[in-house]
Amino acid sequence: MKPAAFDYVRAEHLDEVLDVLGREGGDARILAGGQSLLPMLNMRLAKPGTIIDIMRLPELARIDSKAGTITVGAGVRQASLLDWPELGRSLRLAALALPWTGHAQTRSRGTVCGSIAHADPSAELPLVLQALKGEVHLRSARRRRRVTARDFFAGMMATTRADEEMIEAVSFPAGLEHCAFREVARRHGDFAIVACAAVKTGEGVRLAVGGVADMPVARDFPCLRGSALDDALNGFAYELEARDDVHASARYRRDLVRAIGRDLVREVLP
Amino acid sequence: MSRLPSGQRHAIRFSLNGKPCAGEAEPRLLLTDFLRHQIGVTGTHVGCEHGVCGACTIDIDGQPARACLTLAVQIDGCKVRTVESLAPSPGRLGILQSAFKRNHALQCGFCTAGILMSLDCFLRDHPRPDEESIRDFLSGHLCRCTGYTPIVRAALEAAAELADDLSREKTDA
Repeated sequence: MKPAAFDYVRAEHLDEVLDVLGREGGDARILAGGQSLLPMLNMRLAKPGTIIDIMRLPELARIDSKAGTITVGAGVRQASLLDWPELGRSLRLAALALPWTGHAQTRSRGTVCGSIAHADPSAELPLVLQALKGEVHLRSARRRRRVTARDFFAGMMATTRADEEMIEAVSFPAGLEHCAFREVARRHGDFAIVACAAVKTGEGVRLAVGGVADMPVARDFPCLRGSALDDALNGFAYELEARDDVHASARYRRDLVRAIGRDLVREVLP
Repeated sequence: MSRLPSGQRHAIRFSLNGKPCAGEAEPRLLLTDFLRHQIGVTGTHVGCEHGVCGACTIDIDGQPARACLTLAVQIDGCKVRTVESLAPSPGRLGILQSAFKRNHALQCGFCTAGILMSLDCFLRDHPRPDEESIRDFLSGHLCRCTGYTPIVRAALEAAAELADDLSREKTDA
């Protein structure tokens, strides 16, 4: 339960981060709040040769709101986003989901982008990004690019980020106020057995589910009611290919998707 | 940019319980082990070492944080408070500690240091908490002895006592 040896780089400029990533790539890992990376290091599930600490870069610790988009920098801690005065109005789904993200004692250090970079299929912030069709802002010494949530998550703790890229920020569309979130876990703040988010769209509702498939999955539904809604949710629950594990059976997970999904759809559709 | 190579010890300067403190750590050394073995403050306990149990919770720059999910090299220049800071003098207990003792809010005591530091941060920011918010905050800690009820009672009692102290200070002034 102790990390393997690594070099520690304390970056003072973004160029330094990109330079080290460019040279060492897959053998280097970014350290922000450390609430996902340190468990991986302690259990030696990750053994990088170099750790790059980005928390001394003030330019990454910003939350920007302009032109209908909320951009959250790589250094923004989960507690800071939760305390952001505009959160409830601008990013309601995150306001609903963040209290479920870890505990106050881990949100104080853990970052929004760090949780998304870690891409745990049960984590709340990747689910929020997927539900809102947010974007991940990737940057390397050579280029900058934006990837949609749908194209970013690639499987269990796997993403399409290239080795020389860092997540500079993530962005969410602002003002989607008709949304709902619910989670079932063994203990409040633990990883979700099933977490669901619903967002009202122009034509109907988007339902996103975490904790069931190997990544958070979002699906758009038209305005459905009654047995048509139940059938659609049942189909979605089966498509997620739930598996049995020590926390819950696949059947129980499907049941939660159907039950929570129905409640959330009714909540966001007037 | 500073690069601290693996396998070598590097100087770390920080504030510990209000006093300047210095030590040396390899990059891979966890803050829990640094505090206990290098600095010699053993009040912070090591439990699960992956952030779940909360036994190692301390105060870093005014916020509760898991020492087991922090590298010692990360706290260079930070203000750290551990459970050793709570007692006003040797042989005396602080208000929160006294409330724990009165209410039997600990049995084996393994989780206690972390819970005390968490609640110390929490009560500073929330001087008049209700039971629900205390229970929500305590969800970041595991206690296998008490069933939490006496811990919640102790936290409410300490909050009332601290609030009383504050209002008395205001009247005196």
